[in-house]
Amino acid sequence: MGFPILSTILLAPVIGSIAVLLIPGKNSKAIKVTAALFSSVSLILAVLAYAGYDRTVGGMQYVENIPWVKTFGVNYALGVDGLSMPMVLLTAIILFSGVFVSWKLEDRPKEFFFYMLFLVGGVFGVFMSRDMFFMFFFLEMAVIPKFILINVWGSKYKEYASMKYTLYLLGGSAIALIGLITIFLYAADPSRGLGYYTFDIATLASVKYDPAFQKFAFFLLIIGFGVLVPMFPLHRWTPDGHSAAPTAISMLLAGVIMKLGGYAIIRIGINFLPEGAKFWAPLIAALATVNAVYIAVVAMVQKDIKYVVANSSVSHMGYVLIGIASLNAAAIDGAVGQMFAHGIMAALFFSLVGNIYDKTHTREIADYGGLAHQMPRVAAGFMIASLASLGLPGMFNFVSEFAIFVGAVQVFKVLSVISIFAVVVTAIYALRVMKQTFFGPRNEKWDHIKDAKGVEMVPIVLLGGVLLLFGFFPHLIMDMINSGVAPLAEKFVSLKIGGIF
Amino acid sequence: MSQYAWLIPVLPFSSFVAIVFLLKKSKAASAAYALASMVASFVVALGILIEKVQDPKAIEIAVNWLNIPEMGNFRGLNVQMGLLIDPLSAAMLFIVTFIAILVTLFSIGYMEGDEGFSRYFAYLSLFAFSMLGLVVANNYFQMFVFWELVGLSSYLLIGFWYHKPSAADAAQKAFITNRWADFAFMVGIILLFVYFGTFNFAELGPAIEHTKDAAFITLIGILIFIGPVGKSAQFPLHVWLPDAMEGPTPVSAFIHAATMVAAGVYLIARGFILFESSETTMLVIAYIGGFTALFAASIAIVQKDIKRVLAYSTLSQLGYMVMAMGVGSLTAGMFHLTTHAFFKALLFLGAGSVIHAMHHEQDMFKMGALSKKMPVTTWTFVIGSLALAGVFPLAGFWSKDEILLAAQHHNFTGLFVLGVIVAFMTAFYMFRLIFVAFFGEKKSDHHAHETSWLMTLPLVLLSVFAVLAGFLNSPWFYEAFGKSFSTFVFFGEPEIPHLDLGVAGLSTVAALAGIFTAWLIYSRKAIPAESIAKKFSGLYKLLWNKYYIDDFYQWLFDKVMFMTGKALDWVDHHIIDGFFDGFAKLVGFTGSKLRLTQTGALQNYALVIFGAVVFFVLLASTPLLGGVIK
Amino acid sequence: MITLQHYLILAAALFCIGLFGAVTKKNAIAVFMGIELMLNSVNINLVAFNRFLAPAKLTGHVFAIFIMVVAAAEVAVGLALIISIYRHRKSTAVDDLNLLKW
Repeated sequence: MGFPILSTILLAPVIGSIAVLLIPGKNSKAIKVTAALFSSVSLILAVLAYAGYDRTVGGMQYVENIPWVKTFGVNYALGVDGLSMPMVLLTAIILFSGVFVSWKLEDRPKEFFFYMLFLVGGVFGVFMSRDMFFMFFFLEMAVIPKFILINVWGSKYKEYASMKYTLYLLGGSAIALIGLITIFLYAADPSRGLGYYTFDIATLASVKYDPAFQKFAFFLLIIGFGVLVPMFPLHRWTPDGHSAAPTAISMLLAGVIMKLGGYAIIRIGINFLPEGAKFWAPLIAALATVNAVYIAVVAMVQKDIKYVVANSSVSHMGYVLIGIASLNAAAIDGAVGQMFAHGIMAALFFSLVGNIYDKTHTREIADYGGLAHQMPRVAAGFMIASLASLGLPGMFNFVSEFAIFVGAVQVFKVLSVISIFAVVVTAIYALRVMKQTFFGPRNEKWDHIKDAKGVEMVPIVLLGGVLLLFGFFPHLIMDMINSGVAPLAEKFVSLKIGGIF
Repeated sequence: MSQYAWLIPVLPFSSFVAIVFLLKKSKAASAAYALASMVASFVVALGILIEKVQDPKAIEIAVNWLNIPEMGNFRGLNVQMGLLIDPLSAAMLFIVTFIAILVTLFSIGYMEGDEGFSRYFAYLSLFAFSMLGLVVANNYFQMFVFWELVGLSSYLLIGFWYHKPSAADAAQKAFITNRWADFAFMVGIILLFVYFGTFNFAELGPAIEHTKDAAFITLIGILIFIGPVGKSAQFPLHVWLPDAMEGPTPVSAFIHAATMVAAGVYLIARGFILFESSETTMLVIAYIGGFTALFAASIAIVQKDIKRVLAYSTLSQLGYMVMAMGVGSLTAGMFHLTTHAFFKALLFLGAGSVIHAMHHEQDMFKMGALSKKMPVTTWTFVIGSLALAGVFPLAGFWSKDEILLAAQHHNFTGLFVLGVIVAFMTAFYMFRLIFVAFFGEKKSDHHAHETSWLMTLPLVLLSVFAVLAGFLNSPWFYEAFGKSFSTFVFFGEPEIPHLDLGVAGLSTVAALAGIFTAWLIYSRKAIPAESIAKKFSGLYKLLWNKYYIDDFYQWLFDKVMFMTGKALDWVDHHIIDGFFDGFAKLVGFTGSKLRLTQTGALQNYALVIFGAVVFFVLLASTPLLGGVIK
Repeated sequence: MITLQHYLILAAALFCIGLFGAVTKKNAIAVFMGIELMLNSVNINLVAFNRFLAPAKLTGHVFAIFIMVVAAAEVAVGLALIISIYRHRKSTAVDDLNLLKW
């Protein structure tokens, strides 16, 4: 089996979280260094794993398997394919930059880093699990610590936001869990399915589910995971949750937690239940269009800069959903790419907003103005994020959005054209924020503010660099994603779903 | 030489990267690197142009950039980045790099002492890179990529003085207006790809030929044409261009002459086969172009800001080019683009020189009598204006005639008449500007002085081209060399240039009449301008307010879109949140009532437990209730 | 002759007394004593059943002894808790112990 690289990536933050607990709370420097150390282990190994993944072979690689509960077929089984590898890399990057974003945090750093590292362990687990049981287990592990993180370290309506976040997500999980259990039981049924208990995703995917059952189970999954994505009208936890959360947690929320939903819909939803997916696809596409355009318009009128960014996240996830709903290779490739691109972009946005907030102690856009005079580097970073957000070529977001639209237009003509319109609205609000925050005459009020430097530059450079790298050389990542998506798309081709108009 | 074509866009890009990461501390080094890279690009472009003149065969080099394979009935996404070197792109490369050098040179003088000196040259290099990348593109996707980058660089440059709110607004307006157009453009190329499975110009050509006049070709054609409507500032997406004057003046020259607005016209030329395949598309293009020409010229007549007059004149000239394309003559459009690049760059740099000398005063009614203080600027400006007005034998004469000829030739009588009227208006507003700003008496207490050689040298060079460039497509040139612009850049059959004396005479009369009218009103003051304005005050107000289109858009933006946003935000907060929060409140309410049974006193619980035990025991032992214990 | 019924009645009476004490007393020690009474009434039951129904086996006795041990442990823990609470709050009235009440 060789070196268990995935387990190491997964356990590094978990061990790190325990190590942090052992350090006295007063020694915040040591805590941060420890957190940085363990997150860099994850990052380095994730990059190595990414580079070492054999795209020509495809499929699950770096597999690990430890039986856990044999009676129910539960295995601690890890592995990554073209779909999950980019997500693992994304998580590692965001964790690493998140640690540096929190470098100045002095309020109970010990507990903060404990929860943060612990939850990232869960996120890694979701993306790596080849076992449905563990996938769900890790999903919950990733979701719960957020409640405490928002509630204790948050700002502005944090109690309301953390409660809202937790209730929405747990409600979603509950519905998804029903779906997962019905699938599990269906597959275990001797007359219709396999006749033995298994949680193995690949095996479950090979079962032929009855179309009526598919429609039912897919509905549960799309509602359950749709909360995470979030899908209109289940999106309301996002603006409040993102805005109330501390910076690093907003990064993780927008960067990876939202992606868990999209990932689960692809990995379990459309993989297990293609016909159910086909049945519900028009509805999802319609809701996704609402997501993309409606929320973009809402983002346009926000007064709080964090609400703008949070709403923009929802809007961008609308592209992901319409990509998934299109059920063809180009669109799903684009959707996965968009998850990656948006994750990085949103993290960059939030880290910069956090940086500004730490210095100005206000989030009202109207209070800013002319900040480019005092913080040119932050302005440059913000410009990169804004441009990525509005899908400018040269940023990876453009490539993935384009792929989504090429795929989606072939299935939903009108809906996809409407959702492409969101790029216009995105430009409006992104540039509006850019202008009102950074442009204009020098504002004496902010003359005491210092530009980002030292560790503060780590996230800006890292995240901006990744966006540009994949924007210039998209095949570095799109080939890998395609190797993961192709088998899925094959399924739809063999089912004769869809076609060219 | 063509194998080095990739250097042309890459060199300015290297300049951008180098300035941003290494050189930004040193102003001299930044400017020097930028200038050197432009010159190097120009040398390569010149080599390619010479090569193409000798052998016009198209050369295409491409690398795979992204490949998502097809699956079943669905298209994947197969994208290449490449170079297409043919006469069209070779000519364009030459113009762009040439103007870029002069603009860079001029900027060194103009931007002297500016805080963001290095940043300026970084953006300028990025602008050149994007434009050159667009010109060499061999497919629609690459075109779109660089198209957007052109938009970005113009955003950065228009908003270069970001401390000025008006500049920040103008930059935003430019980008967003273009974004609307790009939305349609993007939908267009996506549909194109979905139908034909390729973005490549060469591969699309034959495929489109087979589907001539199909409804979807018209649809795609019009969608893609909306892209140029935005970039080349055609009605109704023209509003950004006059505002784009907020950028440094050399940037305006660059935008108006060689980059941004030229990109739109170039795209029409590049995708000509697509537009030409549908008669409807061509009609739309022709009439939008013609309308813009007239519409913008009428606004230019009343403007007072020297740069705004030039801006509306650009709009009007772009209308000409688009109209030329629309009536079916690629050559005429491209030729006008070429000559226009020279004299419009000249005019803008001249205006920049004036503004620099006037310490950023732009109102021409506060200038006057500049001819004595700034002879070089004045006379080069006059040459540029004559060329723009289309006076024989300057560049504008030849290219405008070509357009009028094309309109006449393809039986667009309406557009032909319109073209002549616009020629009159053009001459009028340009000479109004000249008589007011450069001649007559001083209208304010200014101390203008001639600018440094860095700024006048480009003016002189450009005026030489403004005089001579037109001959490229004159019958005499053809007789002398056996080649001309129209046998070099063309679509379908090459045309041999000829001079139609009727058309030439008509347009010359129109131009001279325009100049004469301007002289009457503004120099002789035979009819005072104020009295005309008073007499037609309604019309004057309409023109002065640019037909209220800007205000209308502002209203749409502020009222309609923003109010919609507010309304949707309200829905989000009250209806959707109301539903889910209401659900949560219901649960909370139920809980708060049921909680009353939980007294918190342990002994009550114990009693309840005991009572329950007794109850169940009784239940289990009562035969009537199905009890089993006897 | 003393029959099983007598023991059961005794145990029931004792249990009721204990329950009454546990439910009504305010003092935690008194509540505790009530609980002890209830436990002991159960012990009486167990031993009585053992004696009358299956004299050959010792199951009831074992149970009774087991309960005593548990009760002793419980007393130890319980009293410790009560003392600790008393130290903090200067009271052993159960009505005062409503810190967790929301």
